[in-house]
Amino acid sequence: MDAITTLPVMSPAAGEIFLAAAAMALLMFGVFKGGKAQEATSWLAVAVLLIAGGLVMSHGGDTTPAFFGMFQAGPFAQFAKILILAGSILSIIMSRSTFRQDSFERFEYPVLIVLSTLGMLMMVSANDMIALYIGLEVQSLALYVIASIRRDTLRSTEAGLKYFVLGALSSGMLLYGSSMVYGFAGTTEFDALANVFSGLEGQQPSVGLIIGLVFVICGLAFKVSAVPFHMWTPDVYEGAPTPVTALFAVAPKVAALALFLRVLLEPFGALVGEWQQIIALISVLSMAIGSIAAIVQTNIKRLMAYSSIGHMGYALVGLAAANEAGVSGILVYLALYLFMNVGTFACILAMRRQGRPVEGIHDLAGLSKTHPGMAAMIMIFMFSMAGIPPLAGFFGKWFVFMAAVNAGLFALAILGVIASVIGAFYYLRIVKIMYFDEAVEPLDTAIPGDLKIIMTVMAAVTLLFFIVPAPLVSSAKAAASALFAG
Amino acid sequence: MSDILREYLPILIFLAVAIGLCLAMVIGSLVVVKQRPDSEKVSAYECGFEAFNDSRGQFDVRFYLVAILFIIFDLEVAFLFPWAISLGGIGLFGFWSMIIFLGVLTIGFVYEWRKGALEWE
Repeated sequence: MDAITTLPVMSPAAGEIFLAAAAMALLMFGVFKGGKAQEATSWLAVAVLLIAGGLVMSHGGDTTPAFFGMFQAGPFAQFAKILILAGSILSIIMSRSTFRQDSFERFEYPVLIVLSTLGMLMMVSANDMIALYIGLEVQSLALYVIASIRRDTLRSTEAGLKYFVLGALSSGMLLYGSSMVYGFAGTTEFDALANVFSGLEGQQPSVGLIIGLVFVICGLAFKVSAVPFHMWTPDVYEGAPTPVTALFAVAPKVAALALFLRVLLEPFGALVGEWQQIIALISVLSMAIGSIAAIVQTNIKRLMAYSSIGHMGYALVGLAAANEAGVSGILVYLALYLFMNVGTFACILAMRRQGRPVEGIHDLAGLSKTHPGMAAMIMIFMFSMAGIPPLAGFFGKWFVFMAAVNAGLFALAILGVIASVIGAFYYLRIVKIMYFDEAVEPLDTAIPGDLKIIMTVMAAVTLLFFIVPAPLVSSAKAAASALFAG
Repeated sequence: MSDILREYLPILIFLAVAIGLCLAMVIGSLVVVKQRPDSEKVSAYECGFEAFNDSRGQFDVRFYLVAILFIIFDLEVAFLFPWAISLGGIGLFGFWSMIIFLGVLTIGFVYEWRKGALEWE
């Protein structure tokens, strides 16, 4: 055996390597500073994520395979990584005021977010089943701890435990599927898998391979909380502290969906006939359950959980289309989903009565009189999520449905439109409660400044996206075409 | 494919013999022997003490911390042996990978120490 004397290519992973080193440094900083370290650690974590974003911008477009082919960056991964980093940064900033008001002090929180972000970035640019699994676990293990970060409350620990047990189950399914795929295809590398499958040339792939593929899809569907595997989402969203829910609703969803796209379109791209119907089914079920089950919810975090299940269903329509327009549609959808969700959660975090957080939908009653600005912004987000033109959410839906129509999936597009009409009901109900119901007891008027800035910026982006959609749409197109180029 | 499978044939035969033998012994003893159970014979502690109390008692969470710490460093040693033996083959990359792994473990250890998890009282 010859010694491997050269070091592998590492520069495309510069952002990830920096994040890993910085997370360790942050942990040491926090533990040696002791006492009141959360504020400083939070800002340092934001700085670290910003620097990682800069490194991803400068090095992340490089398509050279790194780490002996285990890791591959590129424009697609770069686009997803920037969204993920933005989601993590915003959720750290939003968590500060809430944790301060609840006098909750734990410097591990921002460190864990940095670690989970590292896992998300790794899974987005994994180029091998094993690298994929490691990225997924780095992300998930940190998220399990984050979900139960308020370990002195029953609900938070319950949410963490539930998330852990079901997440471990889904990881097991993914691993089992990968092992089947390895057994029947003889490799775990994405490029080699793609070669094996495109070499089949119309032959029926073996049953074992299909079973493996289905298990991999199940594991990934769990992570994006698509419908037959969505049970954990409402409970975890409701039980976890609200700043944590704000994180869960954005960054991990973007990462898991980007991973879903890459896995199905790169190594399994030649098997599109086998997985297309599964994705279409998952997508229809997610849209339906997301719209119908949300109607009876009274807790706004549970409602947002069902809303995110529905949104994942709409995004998966673009994956079922399996063409370039579908992928660029999903990327646009994810970016707009990030704006809408971060904005909505900034509003939810600002919902307090006499200093205590409230989460009921009916606590919003009469908001238009006590907080006209915030009520208008929630209205913008709700209209946008319902897909009412000319707000941003409409364009996300329009792109993915157009892709489905172009791919000949008329039934899927029609079912999507029907589901979004049903879904509009519960979004509009919130608007009705805010504008037409009388408040029993008004919410606090003092809203922390950083939440105010975030919700205003997000509302402005959501409202005015239609004026200059070009930068986002064209960069999503470039990222999507890079995915299909190789 | 069939060549590979043929190599595993002895294992299959071994499995069949093992399962057959186990079943034969258990079922044989069940069928052949006269069964005359009484309360002493079927009780859980026929040869030993009665249980003093329920086995699901509470004990200190600090035992878990020590156990987790033990597992981590146990694994570290388990990785160090093959690493040390194959160091000539894995080269510079393998060497630094292990050093980084040790560094990460050390940071975890320092964290646990500073948090006071190792102080018993």
